Amino acid sequence: MLNFTLQRTGKAFVVIVAVVVLNFLLIKLAPGDPAAILAGEAGSGDPQYVENLRQQFGLDKPVVVQLWNYLSGVLTGDLGFSYRNQVPVLDLILGRLPATLLLTGAALIFSLITGVLFGVLAARHRGSVLDSVITALALLFYATPLFWIALMSVLLFSINLGWLPPFDMETIGAGYTGWRRVLDIAHHMVLPTVTLGLFYTAVYTRLTRASMLEVMSLDFVKTAHAKGVPNSRIIRRHVLRNAVLPVFTFASMQTGQLVGGAILTETVFAWPGIGRLMFDALMQRDYPVLLGVFLITAMVVVVVNFITDLLYRFVDPRIGIS
Amino acid sequence: MRKTLTRLVTAVFLGCASMAGVAMAQDGATSAEITRGGTLNMIVQPEPPMLIVGLNTQGPTLYVAGQIYQSLLTYREDLKPLPQLAKSWTVSEDGLTYTFNLQEGVKWHDGEAFTSKDVVFAAEEFLVDAHPRWRLIREAYVESVTAPDDLTVVFRLKKPFSAFLYGFELSSFPIMPAHLYQGTDYRTNANNTRPIGTGPYKFEDWQRGSYIHLVRNEDYWKEGQPYIDDLYFRVIPDAASRAIAFEQGTVDLLRGGDVEGFTINSLTSLPGVETTTAGWEYFSPQMFLQPNLRLEVFKNKDVRKAVYHALDRDFIVNAIFFGQGKVSTGPFAESMLFHDPNIQQYPYDMELAKKLIADSGVDLSKHPIRLLGLPYGSTWDRMTEYVKQQLEELGFVVSIQAVDAGGWLQAMGNFDFDLAFSFLYQFGHPAQGVSRIYFSDNQVKGTHAGNNGGYENPEVDAMFRKAADAIDEAEAAEAYTKVQQILAEEVPVLWMFDMKNTTIYRDKIRNPVRTAIGLNEPMDEVWIAR
Repeated sequence: MLNFTLQRTGKAFVVIVAVVVLNFLLIKLAPGDPAAILAGEAGSGDPQYVENLRQQFGLDKPVVVQLWNYLSGVLTGDLGFSYRNQVPVLDLILGRLPATLLLTGAALIFSLITGVLFGVLAARHRGSVLDSVITALALLFYATPLFWIALMSVLLFSINLGWLPPFDMETIGAGYTGWRRVLDIAHHMVLPTVTLGLFYTAVYTRLTRASMLEVMSLDFVKTAHAKGVPNSRIIRRHVLRNAVLPVFTFASMQTGQLVGGAILTETVFAWPGIGRLMFDALMQRDYPVLLGVFLITAMVVVVVNFITDLLYRFVDPRIGIS
Repeated sequence: MRKTLTRLVTAVFLGCASMAGVAMAQDGATSAEITRGGTLNMIVQPEPPMLIVGLNTQGPTLYVAGQIYQSLLTYREDLKPLPQLAKSWTVSEDGLTYTFNLQEGVKWHDGEAFTSKDVVFAAEEFLVDAHPRWRLIREAYVESVTAPDDLTVVFRLKKPFSAFLYGFELSSFPIMPAHLYQGTDYRTNANNTRPIGTGPYKFEDWQRGSYIHLVRNEDYWKEGQPYIDDLYFRVIPDAASRAIAFEQGTVDLLRGGDVEGFTINSLTSLPGVETTTAGWEYFSPQMFLQPNLRLEVFKNKDVRKAVYHALDRDFIVNAIFFGQGKVSTGPFAESMLFHDPNIQQYPYDMELAKKLIADSGVDLSKHPIRLLGLPYGSTWDRMTEYVKQQLEELGFVVSIQAVDAGGWLQAMGNFDFDLAFSFLYQFGHPAQGVSRIYFSDNQVKGTHAGNNGGYENPEVDAMFRKAADAIDEAEAAEAYTKVQQILAEEVPVLWMFDMKNTTIYRDKIRNPVRTAIGLNEPMDEVWIAR
């Protein structure tokens, strides 16, 4: 176990350093530099001004030196300074991370619960109308683009019905505190969470259904039936327990996207999360912010994968770690 | 109070008294009707990186920081200077000495007094180091900036500069608190997260990605103002969501560019909604097509004229830009000082265009060109496609260069383009925003806002210089008329249209746009009717 952990930690470290280096070099390939963009937006025709900015950002140094400065900074926990916002990158990211985690976390839970539930229902009533409806809906949401669902749900639930707020994370300027605020945020979360979660709901539904059907045809289920175990108990304890592995695998992939997977949803719903920060940083060539977000994303993926590997043993004890 | 102020203010500019304050006071209700209080919700798009207007003068930054920071002057819609932090000013006979008398009793938001020291600090230190445009003006023209007493600032020039008085609004000359910034590294100064200005609203809170909240400055130097309690600038990244926000009354005011051109008409037809395209005169953005004159094919004047004639600019403005513009008559935007419409015009005429090409003897198919579009979304893409189609009809072989903002700036800055769309602000005076496109020696790499086309004409240089150095306004006007005539004959740039930005607001919002800098103007006279 210890050996396994050490080995994986070493690998994770190498992967993260490789991600940083690769991202750094890829970003350098994009045309245009942040100083020119800043000057351009300010309508400046002063080349000296651009040169001053480049010096401040350290962009006048050779790429290798820039890379080394960045890497050594990252290793000491310093993600650098945003060119554009003039704020430490870590502050920017930490300021936006909670909103994103709240949204993606809620979407993960939502899609897991609904997906598994619908999958079980469909498998249990295989061939019925319910099964057809669930399968058809799952296919529909699996195939529909996220932003379209987002816009249509805003149109329906916010504009036509007026039930849910169309954007923002909370009522701005209302000054709510305590439980009132929690309720307010929860109210605002409904649309983005469902929008973001529907795709995975569809995935889990299909996976659960298929996997359940496979397990249901196995001999030990027949045996359970034969010895008179109640049907609901068979589904819960015998079938689902054995069918959940693919869902678990996919859920770990969704967990890996906790940080970077919500750009579109955040944009449409004006959710103050990290995805938007990343997108803006990309358009404005704010390299340190972009690299910082990439780094955090990569770290989350690596950590989640590590935890998943450990958890497999508990979900299915037949899987060893060696 | 305002009326007394009006009487006190007799701003002297080039010998004639400006009736500045009168115009401001007339615009709006008498003080008895004004209702105080309320919250004004707006949108800031895109979210500004910071609010320190001395370090960043992008549109969104100015929009929010315009309520926090101020400058010496502002400008009426016809571009006459109006007092702001400068109560009055005089210009010496020889055009070399500008004396500004500052408002009394102005305090920074932290309670320190605003004095002439702050102005000198801005002019001599802060802006020289950190401002995108001021350094060039100071180096070329300013000999010294002094503060004889706490309420007087004197700018002494090396040589006359007829545009000098036009460079003192917020984006051109933001004044920063010397007591917080002098002797520090401006960019990492701890006060950058909590802007301290002299304006009618104070910084309260900024939830990044969500909103910026400003509150009324109780100690504002204009007594009894401002009228509104809270300003919220909300961050809504998606254009469709922004339109919904206005429709549903989440926000009551939209700045030009907040929503797409095609939604403007449906929003303005809502009940109780008003619009104006005023408030952009100082900036006067003009869209143009920039041929790279270093290319053989564009060196030929007749080819340039043919391209100009081949474009139906009425169609572009009305069908592609949903009427958000006005076809340009020449190098000066219509709302600009010294604009002269009586110069050669190039109406849409494909036959004439083809004839010009035939007469010139140039075989366009031997000169394939790249068309560099502006990366601002579908409206701009449609324009690029339209121009491509027209050019192909004329005989060019055209490919479109697809870029994002960074790529566009790099192509422009390296002169790596054949025919490029661009637009520039004209900044209140041709010497600030127009001549830079044509000066032979302003071909500097690394910026998009110079003479990127490579135009060289000593006569044009001389005329622009003469106008800039003129002390007498009539002399400047004569030179500017001449230069417009020459440029219209030479067509070094194809002036497409003067861009119009529509401010959309609910009619309960009173006085939102009062000057040539529009919504960047401190909203000290804006109020919300009940």
